[in-house]
Amino acid sequence: MAKQLQARRLNGIDHNPWLEFIRLSKEYDVVNLGQGFPDFSPPDFAVQAFQQATSGNFMLNQYTMAFVIIIEPAFDCYEPMTLMAGGRPVFVSLRPSPAPKGQLEHSNDWQLDPTELASKFTPRTKALVLNTPNNPLGKVFSKMELELVADLCQKHDVLCISDEVYQWLVYDGHQHVSIASLPGMWGRTLTIGSAGKSFSATGWKVGWVMGPDNIMKHLRTVHQNSVFHCPTQGQAAVAQCFEQEQQHFGQPSSYFLQLPKAMQLNRDHMIRSLQSVGLKPLIPQGSYFLIADISDFKRKMPNLPGAEDEPYDRCFAKWMIKNKGLVAIPVSIFFSKPHQKDFDHYIRFCFVKDEATLQAMDERLQKWKRELQP
Amino acid sequence: MFLVQRRLCSLGSQEKLLKKIYSSNALGFSTSAKMALKFKNAKRIEGLDSNVWVEFTKLAADPSVVNLGQGLPDISPPSYVKEELSKAALADNLNQYTRGFGHPSLVKALSSLYEKIYQNRIDPNEEIIVTVGGYGALFNAIQGLVDPGDEVIIMVPFYDCYEPMVRMAGATPVFIPLRSKPTDGMTWSSSDWTFSPQELESKFSSKTKAIILNTPHNPIGKVYTREELQIIADLCIKYDTLCISDEVYEWLVYTGHKHIKIATFPGMWERTITIGSAGKTFSVTGWKLGWSIGPKHLVKHLQTVQQNTFYTCATPLQAALAQALWIDIKRMDDPECYFNSLPKELEVKRDRMVRLLNSVGLKPIIPDGGYFIIADVSSLDADLSDMKSDEPYDYKFVKWMTKNKKLSAIPISAFCDSKSKPQFEKLVRFCFIKKDSTLDAAEEIIKAWSSQKP
Repeated sequence: MAKQLQARRLNGIDHNPWLEFIRLSKEYDVVNLGQGFPDFSPPDFAVQAFQQATSGNFMLNQYTMAFVIIIEPAFDCYEPMTLMAGGRPVFVSLRPSPAPKGQLEHSNDWQLDPTELASKFTPRTKALVLNTPNNPLGKVFSKMELELVADLCQKHDVLCISDEVYQWLVYDGHQHVSIASLPGMWGRTLTIGSAGKSFSATGWKVGWVMGPDNIMKHLRTVHQNSVFHCPTQGQAAVAQCFEQEQQHFGQPSSYFLQLPKAMQLNRDHMIRSLQSVGLKPLIPQGSYFLIADISDFKRKMPNLPGAEDEPYDRCFAKWMIKNKGLVAIPVSIFFSKPHQKDFDHYIRFCFVKDEATLQAMDERLQKWKRELQP
Repeated sequence: MFLVQRRLCSLGSQEKLLKKIYSSNALGFSTSAKMALKFKNAKRIEGLDSNVWVEFTKLAADPSVVNLGQGLPDISPPSYVKEELSKAALADNLNQYTRGFGHPSLVKALSSLYEKIYQNRIDPNEEIIVTVGGYGALFNAIQGLVDPGDEVIIMVPFYDCYEPMVRMAGATPVFIPLRSKPTDGMTWSSSDWTFSPQELESKFSSKTKAIILNTPHNPIGKVYTREELQIIADLCIKYDTLCISDEVYEWLVYTGHKHIKIATFPGMWERTITIGSAGKTFSVTGWKLGWSIGPKHLVKHLQTVQQNTFYTCATPLQAALAQALWIDIKRMDDPECYFNSLPKELEVKRDRMVRLLNSVGLKPIIPDGGYFIIADVSSLDADLSDMKSDEPYDYKFVKWMTKNKKLSAIPISAFCDSKSKPQFEKLVRFCFIKKDSTLDAAEEIIKAWSSQKP
């Protein structure tokens, strides 16, 4: 072909970090705590709902230059999606505050600097992407923090895209707050949810957006000119799951209470286990991820194999896959390129895993611990 | 279940710059803040908000209407297809994320199937991508390969999403009509419709990035001949353009016709993306699985779009589709194979529709493929004086027919660019992938209608 084949909108966004880690996790004998998916089944009522949806007698078988502020660390797709739309991402970092000596840090200690955040808004800022509970940190934004963001969005007339896919996964009595529920925000917020995360069924690929009709209609236009429909059975099954949940809402029998309760135990188990080899986990208040500080390893093993200029956490994660049989995801992939070097000393573990997987993790960690002893 | 509540805005209307946000009573929030300029839509979707399916599906949703409009089978899919999905729903790991560019067992099955047809090896990982339906495949191809300022050639009539998708990519659609040869009262067939080679060549310019081909064709049912495809191929090579070949109806060809893949012509594999659909292959439109097949250097750009949009398609559906494909791949020469039995079943329905339409003086265009049939409705002489005057005749006709005769169809001008609409406005499209009772009901309505005429 004589001309450039691909559309210019793809420039710079063809690389995808997940592909490498997914490939590695298949090549080696590993316990996969990397990519975020449950390795246990969805609850029975969800499986049944899908079963019914697939075998019931339904006809179910019959589918500018604008700036976008992204708070990092951020789920990695926000940046390429913004670029593909011809927008310009503007990053503002959550930054950790050190914990008192001897104590573990909490993800909620990662905070935005209000002045720095305010400085990122310009007359050409179109939107801000918020993710709470946050992937990868597990931070649950407090009402006060959300009010800070809300005030700025209103002051600068900015749209808020709020990714709340982990909304049910909150621990230690923390509350998930939807920024759309704050005064002045419903009219300028799009709130995103996910069946995959709500019902431990990531493979169903059903998600949703809620917002005011005058903004939603533009999403509908895109929808009708891209996929047009989502799979029918998946939607029918999710509807049934929600009907079930509505009957149990707020009660101990609710999946939205049982799942975080069970995951909190997983979280605590993982936090204890990881420390035995010198990893320093941060306690997440939400989501099903936690990050662990690998600074000690960076001091002791500074020269791990890797490409020139490859952030340390990626080298470490690959080393850990090959040598310790554990998969975690380097947190630098959740940062914009210029900031990756500042945040190259954390890796992300996923704990929405079966008991058997956590036990297998323990075995690998115990072996690792033995190898550490002189 | 197809109650899609969307509002119709007329094509090309300007958005109001300041809007009042209405309160969401259900959630108890209220705000009367004025909406600012920023919340206007992105330019890429300007004028693309109206949609024929949204409009006509709503109309036909009344259960008393016999719906021959949207291309939606009301026949049952094959039982083994449904069974495979039930089985997949119970398998734990099939409820979680799978490979983004296609579930491994599915791309393997697709590669096996199409290797037989292309008579060449097809790499399941690099030369196939599984998409959210045929729509998703078109979206990935256009977003991945077409730039603002490019031109894309589209033959009229066309499946309606081609134009807005091309515009959404910032490119300009360049239209060329299919025209019917004169038929002097004899049978009218989709093979009577063709394009002028000279006129087609005149549409190619230095800005032409791609041509979109659709065979078998929706709505006409035309199955492009080897000669026609060769003309298109020669032009693609001469002008160094891509070909996006929408072949979702590839199995639905009737006696005397053969589906031919333009990607198999010399010089074409390296410049063609070929699109297929599970929905059309197995009568399961609600599964929303499609695929694109092509050379690695093109498919990789569709993969880039995918990884920055939907990322993966639904796992249980892909796993079930793979199993269903294997069942039929193993018996491709068998009349029981769904790829053979469905066209046989549909040919009977097609012939029934042809007889019915002829018997009441409607002129059908007999399709050589696909599951739609077009009829010229001028002779029905319907009184459309009550309908809005600014719409094309066939839009008014279908709305009138749905309301008064309880029979729905789709107006052909929905498949035309604004300039061509007048040439096609006496034509409406009926879908015949319907069970016999639906066709019986349609027959009753049409016969009663024609007997009411003076």
